[in-house]
Amino acid sequence: MKANWQILVVDDEEVMRESMAAWLREDGYNVDVAASGREAIELARKTDYAIHFIDLKMPGGIDGIETLMEIRRMRPDAAIIIITAYATVDTAIVAMKEGAQEYIVKPCNPEEISLLVSRIIKVKNLQRENRILRQKLTRQYQFHDIISKSPRMREILDLAGEVASLRSTVLIRGESGTGKELIARAIHFSGDRGAKPFVAVSCAALAESLLESELFGYEKGSFTGAAERKKGKFELANGGTIFLDEIGDIPPKLQADLLRVLQEKSFYRIGGNEEVRVDVRVVAATHKDLKQAVEDGAFREDLYYRLNVIEIRIPPLRERKEDIPLLAAHFVDRLSHETGKDVRQISDPAMRILMDYDWPGNVRELENAIERAIVSSRAPVLTEDDFSFLGEGAASHTFRVPDNMTIEAMEKLMIEAALRRTGGNVKEAAASLGIDRSTLYEKLKRFGIER
Amino acid sequence: MIELGLAPMLCPEGSQVSEAVMETIKEILEDVFPVRVQALPAINSPPEAYDSVRRQHSAPVILKSLLAAHPANPAKLLAVTGGDLFIPMLSFVFGQAQLGGRAAVISMARLTPEFHGFDPDLQLLLRRARTVALHETGHLFGLTHCQTQECAMRLATNIHQFDLKRAVLCPGCAAILLENLR
Ligand SMILES: [Zn+2]
Ligand SMILES: [Zn+2]
Repeated sequence: MKANWQILVVDDEEVMRESMAAWLREDGYNVDVAASGREAIELARKTDYAIHFIDLKMPGGIDGIETLMEIRRMRPDAAIIIITAYATVDTAIVAMKEGAQEYIVKPCNPEEISLLVSRIIKVKNLQRENRILRQKLTRQYQFHDIISKSPRMREILDLAGEVASLRSTVLIRGESGTGKELIARAIHFSGDRGAKPFVAVSCAALAESLLESELFGYEKGSFTGAAERKKGKFELANGGTIFLDEIGDIPPKLQADLLRVLQEKSFYRIGGNEEVRVDVRVVAATHKDLKQAVEDGAFREDLYYRLNVIEIRIPPLRERKEDIPLLAAHFVDRLSHETGKDVRQISDPAMRILMDYDWPGNVRELENAIERAIVSSRAPVLTEDDFSFLGEGAASHTFRVPDNMTIEAMEKLMIEAALRRTGGNVKEAAASLGIDRSTLYEKLKRFGIER
Repeated sequence: MIELGLAPMLCPEGSQVSEAVMETIKEILEDVFPVRVQALPAINSPPEAYDSVRRQHSAPVILKSLLAAHPANPAKLLAVTGGDLFIPMLSFVFGQAQLGGRAAVISMARLTPEFHGFDPDLQLLLRRARTVALHETGHLFGLTHCQTQECAMRLATNIHQFDLKRAVLCPGCAAILLENLR
């Protein structure tokens, strides 16, 4: 998202900086302006700009190069573009040596600037994505630590280790929030493909045509908007593992395509006639009873048998309640740290509530519940009051509309409850609310609800 | 309905903007935006906007004089000039608007096939005029650039990119427009 990135334009000439800022704002960026080097340095101290455009020649003490050097000193990774009215080789060399990414001569071709800006932003986006991914992975490994302490999960992880180096397709069955992706990663990383890519695709999250292009890629010009050839996830996973989550949701046509990939180890990109050969191990997961889906005619029997060479079933949390205290303690430990709150334990009556609850959203729901309790609690011990929201669903027979409640507020509560129930699965939540997925997404956005 | 004043700009350095161009712009704007287009009398391109070295007109200076000429009404202003536009930083712009603001200006200079060495083609010119008018008016209503290939709000930095666009707002931009209006 562009709006997340801020750009600073530094020029002593008002019309120059304002018109450049306006042009960048039209492109969706957040832009600040500074009329002098001193002002620019002050702004850059407070804000980490994605790009700094700095005019080389500015009167009043600090020129462009000095401004560049000062900002570099504060922010070594800053992207800086020096602007000048005329190019002289000397100043260009000085600017580049001091760390300017680029040196542009005004007036500049709009295409050049637009390419330059999007190239820098692309790199910034990648850096940010990597950082988020790294955080996510760390969380997952911590999670790995803890589930391996439960004897039943230990068995599953051992099985994952045993099948890791086989080529066979694995089908992981388990309800939402049981950690299916975690097991898939364990299979991948403990096998001989561990150093190769692990590519995860959620089949439920995308519309049919999008999913098809996501999986198989497309050739340039194969449909409106296909401006360049794009590799699909199967190609990206070459040599490694593709994890197809919610496989039970893929439409019939794609079931046939997928069967073909499993049998032939090759496929065609959309709009292409060149066969692409890949060596990819498929690990699929579903929360559905696929055998039942086969009987109902919703899922191809031949595909089912192809996928279900090795089956791993992850029991829902309610079938292994003995794990709850351990998991809960772990989440309290980690989440209190992350939220910066001094919460250390769960009272006995509160723990009884956690043990009695059915956890339809499984481990993920437990994690969310503890996070919610920590955020609202004011003491170092979580009490049964902090978990009163868990009873909201069960108490529905005595449901009474609170006074002064707006329809919007009600709607928001219902959506939050549905997401909790389904462990954050939007598709299931939408179905239970009787609305379609796109409507639910829209409402999530409107109410600012985090999944 | 929001009042939008549409004015042709008289510019000695550029060719005259035709009736047909003004008419097609009026129609597309009333089709796409909740506006009533009010045809304003022709205004002179401010002489101080002309840069005789660049042989181009400064878009920010034109916007300033447009606002000075119509200090309060109508709510939105769009000027159409035959002169070539620039902002100091860039070699040219097809148009410029105050993002979420009142005034915008578009230029027909680079939209004529003749500029690029082709024969005159009125239909092509009208299509381009509709697209650029939608684009800058979109900015007036707070829309920023869009990545959708055919959407009028996509950024075009040359005429080839420009011609990939159509005089429509994609569903995403249409939705944001509705949200902005609320
Ligand atoms: Zn624009
Ligand atoms: Zn759009």
